[in-house]
Amino acid sequence: MNRALRLLRRRLISSIPVLLIVIVGAFFLLELAPGDAADAYLLSIGGGDPALVQALRQSYGLEGSTLSRLWLYLTSLARFDLGWSVTFNRPIAGLIAERLPNTLWLMVGAVGLSFTAGSLLGIVAGSKPGSWRDRLLSTGSLALYAVPSFWLGLVLIVLFSVQLRWFPTSGIETIASGKQGLARARDIAWHLALPVAALGLIYLALFLRMMRAGMAEAWRQDYALAARARGIGPARIAVFHIARNALLPLVTMLGLHAASMLGGSVVIESVFAIPGFGRLAQEAVAGRDAPLLTGIILVSAVLVILVNLAVDMAYAFLDPRVGANEVVA
Amino acid sequence: MNIISLSRRTLFKGSALLLASTALPRFTFAQSGSRLVVAADSEPRNLNPAIVASNGVFFISSKVIEPLAEASFDGGGDGEGGLAPRLATSWEGSDDGLSATFKLREGVKWHDGQPFTSADVAFSALQVWKPLQNLGRLVFANLEAVDTPDDHTAVFRFAKPTPFQLIRNALPVVSSVVAKHIFEGEADIAASEANNKLVGTGPFRFAEHRPGEYYRLERNPDYWGEGEPKLDEIIFRVLPDRAAAAGALEAGEIQLAAFSQVPLTDLDRISKVPGIEVYSKGYEALTYQLGVEINHRRAELANVRVRQAIAHAIDRDFVVRTIFLGYAETATGIVPKNAPEFYNGDVPLHPFDVDKANALLDEAGYPRKDGGARFALRLLPAPYFTETRQFGDYLRQALAAVGIDATVVNNDAAAHQKAVYTDHDFDLAVAPTVFRGDPAISTTILVRSGTPAGVPFSNQGGYENKEIDALIDKAGETVDTAARTALYKQLQVLVAEDLPIINVADWGFITVASSQVKNVSNNPRWAVSSWADTELDA
Repeated sequence: MNRALRLLRRRLISSIPVLLIVIVGAFFLLELAPGDAADAYLLSIGGGDPALVQALRQSYGLEGSTLSRLWLYLTSLARFDLGWSVTFNRPIAGLIAERLPNTLWLMVGAVGLSFTAGSLLGIVAGSKPGSWRDRLLSTGSLALYAVPSFWLGLVLIVLFSVQLRWFPTSGIETIASGKQGLARARDIAWHLALPVAALGLIYLALFLRMMRAGMAEAWRQDYALAARARGIGPARIAVFHIARNALLPLVTMLGLHAASMLGGSVVIESVFAIPGFGRLAQEAVAGRDAPLLTGIILVSAVLVILVNLAVDMAYAFLDPRVGANEVVA
Repeated sequence: MNIISLSRRTLFKGSALLLASTALPRFTFAQSGSRLVVAADSEPRNLNPAIVASNGVFFISSKVIEPLAEASFDGGGDGEGGLAPRLATSWEGSDDGLSATFKLREGVKWHDGQPFTSADVAFSALQVWKPLQNLGRLVFANLEAVDTPDDHTAVFRFAKPTPFQLIRNALPVVSSVVAKHIFEGEADIAASEANNKLVGTGPFRFAEHRPGEYYRLERNPDYWGEGEPKLDEIIFRVLPDRAAAAGALEAGEIQLAAFSQVPLTDLDRISKVPGIEVYSKGYEALTYQLGVEINHRRAELANVRVRQAIAHAIDRDFVVRTIFLGYAETATGIVPKNAPEFYNGDVPLHPFDVDKANALLDEAGYPRKDGGARFALRLLPAPYFTETRQFGDYLRQALAAVGIDATVVNNDAAAHQKAVYTDHDFDLAVAPTVFRGDPAISTTILVRSGTPAGVPFSNQGGYENKEIDALIDKAGETVDTAARTALYKQLQVLVAEDLPIINVADWGFITVASSQVKNVSNNPRWAVSSWADTELDA
C-alpha cells in the first residue's frame, strides 16, 4: 500500500478517541460554568416569575443529571443528530452549516495571506540577515504580532471604511442586494478584505520570522556553500535551494495555527459583524447552550484534525523521509 | 486668498476636488425608496412581544405588532396618564375594579388581510398575556374572562378588584395583540414557528430574517394610520460590537443606533460629525435604575446603620458625572423622577458624607481593625452594561474609603443570575433594574419579601419588612387611583428610610441618528414604538 494512504488510515482511526475526549470534555466544561440556559434566557427577557423559571427549565430538558444529559447527547450523536439549540430554537446541524462557510472563507483568506506574504517576506528578510530590509521587516512584523486583533480590526475600519470609504465596515455581504453568482462572490470578497487582513496580518509575523530563521540558518549549510562555489547567483540560491528547505517547518506551523486561528476568528467576527462560527460559539457560551457548543467544538476538532492531516500529507509529499519507517513496520 | 486672485486654474482644481469627494465610493446602500438601516445588538430567541415583553424584543417587533395603547408625551387618548391610542381608541375602568372596557379601532387589517376584531384581543389576553407573557402573568393574574359584545369592544373581567391605574400604565408593555387565527390551532403557543414570523397590524410587515445578519421589515400598504408609514423598509443590522456601530454610522452604512449602542465615550466625538445627531430623549418610560442589591442574610448588612453608611459612602454626583458622563440623574429611591405620577422626592436622602458613614459604622459596632478594614464583602456587579461594571469598580473604592474591604467578583450574565438570584452567593450586587410605568410591574418585587429563588431582578437578598409587605399588598388591590398613588409615595419613604436596596442613579439611553432621519424620539418609548411617522429625507 502507498505509504501516504497508510498514514491517512492510521491517523483517521486514531482521531476517533480524540473526538470522544473532546466531546465529553466540552460538555463537562460548560456544565462547570455557573448558570444554565434558563438563567441566560430569563436575563435576556428582563425577568419573569417563579413558575416561568420552572417551566423553562423543564422545556429545555435541564431537569436530569449531567450524566443522563451527556448520555442523551451521545446517543443522538451516534445517530448523526447534533440536537436542538435552545438559544436559537433551531436544529444545531443547520445552524452550523449556515455559519461554517463564512468562517472558512475568513480562515482560508487569512491563512493564505499570512502564509504567502509571510514566507515571501521571510525570504526577503532571511536572504540577507542583518540588513536594513531584514531589520525593518522583522521589527514591523513583531509589532503587528504584538497588536491585539480586535484593535487592528478597529484601526482598519477607521482608516479604510470610515475615512477612505474603500471597504464596508461590517457584514459578510451587501444587505438584501439580490446579487447572485460572480457578483455575489465579488461582494463577499470585498466585505472580507478587512477582516482577512486583520486576522492574517497578526499571523504573518509568525511565518515571516520562521522563514527568516530557516533562511538565515541555511546560508551556513554545506549545500548552500557548495551552490555558491558552483557560481550560482545568490538570488537563485535563496529561492530554489534554501527557501524550499526552509519552507518545511512552515507547513507544520500551518497545521498548528489552524486551531488558534479558529479561536482568533471569534474576535474578528464580532468586530466585523460576520455571522460566523466563532460568534456562534460565543453566543452558545453566553446562552449556556451545551449541545450547541459541543457541536461547534466537535466540528472544529474535526476541522483541525483534517487540516493537520492535510499538512502531514503535504509534508510526506515534500519530504520523502516522513512515514518511511512505517514501510518496515 | 483674496477673491480677485482666484485664478481659473485654482477654481478648476477646487471644483475637481469637490467632484472627486462626491464620487468617493460610498456604500450608503442605494437608497431605493426610503430604507432605514438600524443597528441591532441582539437577536431575540422569541420575537413575539405578546410572550416576551422586553426591550430587545420590542425594538424589532413593535413595528409589526401593536399594543392597545402607546406611551405619549402629550397624553392624547383619554387625556390622562400619557397614553396615545393604538389598537384601542378609548379605555375605561369600572369603579369596583372588576372590569375594564376597551373600544377598538375599526377598519384595521392583519398583514395577511384578515380583519382585526375584539376576538383577537380576547384571545391574546386569555391565551397569551395571562398564561405566557413574562410581565403579563403578573398584571393579568386576576383576569377571568374577556367579553366581546361586538367586534370592536372588549370587556376585561377580573376575579378580584384590579386597579385600572395599573392596567392603563401597563398597556404599552403588556398589551401587544396577536392574531387569533394564526395561533388558535397551536398546541404550544410559546414554541410556535409563528413567533418568529410575525403577523401583526403594525405599519411594517415582517419580511425576512437572515440569522446573524439582519431583520428586514417592509411597508404595510394597508396600514390604518393615514399617510403612514413614511418609510418603505426598515433593516435591523446585527452589529454585536458596540465600537463598530459608531464606525458604521460615520461611514453611512446605518442611519440609526438606539439603546446607547454607540458607547457614551464616543458621543462627544460623534456629535461633532456633520450630519449626525445625538438624542437623549425618547427613553423616559424605559428608565433604568442603578441600584445596590444587598444580601440581608449577612449580619453586618442586616444592620440598617451599615446600609445607611454605604449609602453615605457613595458620591452619586460623581457617578453621574464620570460613569454616565452626565447622561443620567441621581436617584432618590425606587421610583425614578421620570415617573411623575408616582415619584416622591420628599424622602430621607443619604448625601455623600464619608465622616458620617464612618461614624455610622463605628456606632453599628464595626470599628476599624488593624490595617484599617472593618469587614470584608463580596461585590458582584451585573455584567449587562459597561456602566454597571464601572460602578462596581467605583463602589469598591468608595467602600474602601470607609473601611469596608470589598472584593469585586466579575461573572458573565448566566453566572451572575445564578450567583445572585438563585444561590444568593453575594453580599452586595450592582443591578440595573427597569421602571416599567407602574411600581406594581417590576419595582415592588425588589423589596417585597417571599420571592422564591431564581427570579431575576427581585428581592433575592432575603429582606423582610412586614410594614412594607402590607403596604405593597394594599396598593395591589386599591382601586382608587389617588389612594393607590399615595400608597406608593409612602412606600418610597419607607424604602429610603430602611434601605433594603440603595438606589444610585436613573438613566435612559442615547439614540444616535443621521440627521436625515426625522421624527426621532417623539414619544417616551420611542425606540420600542411603531415608527409609523418616522421619515427619511433624501
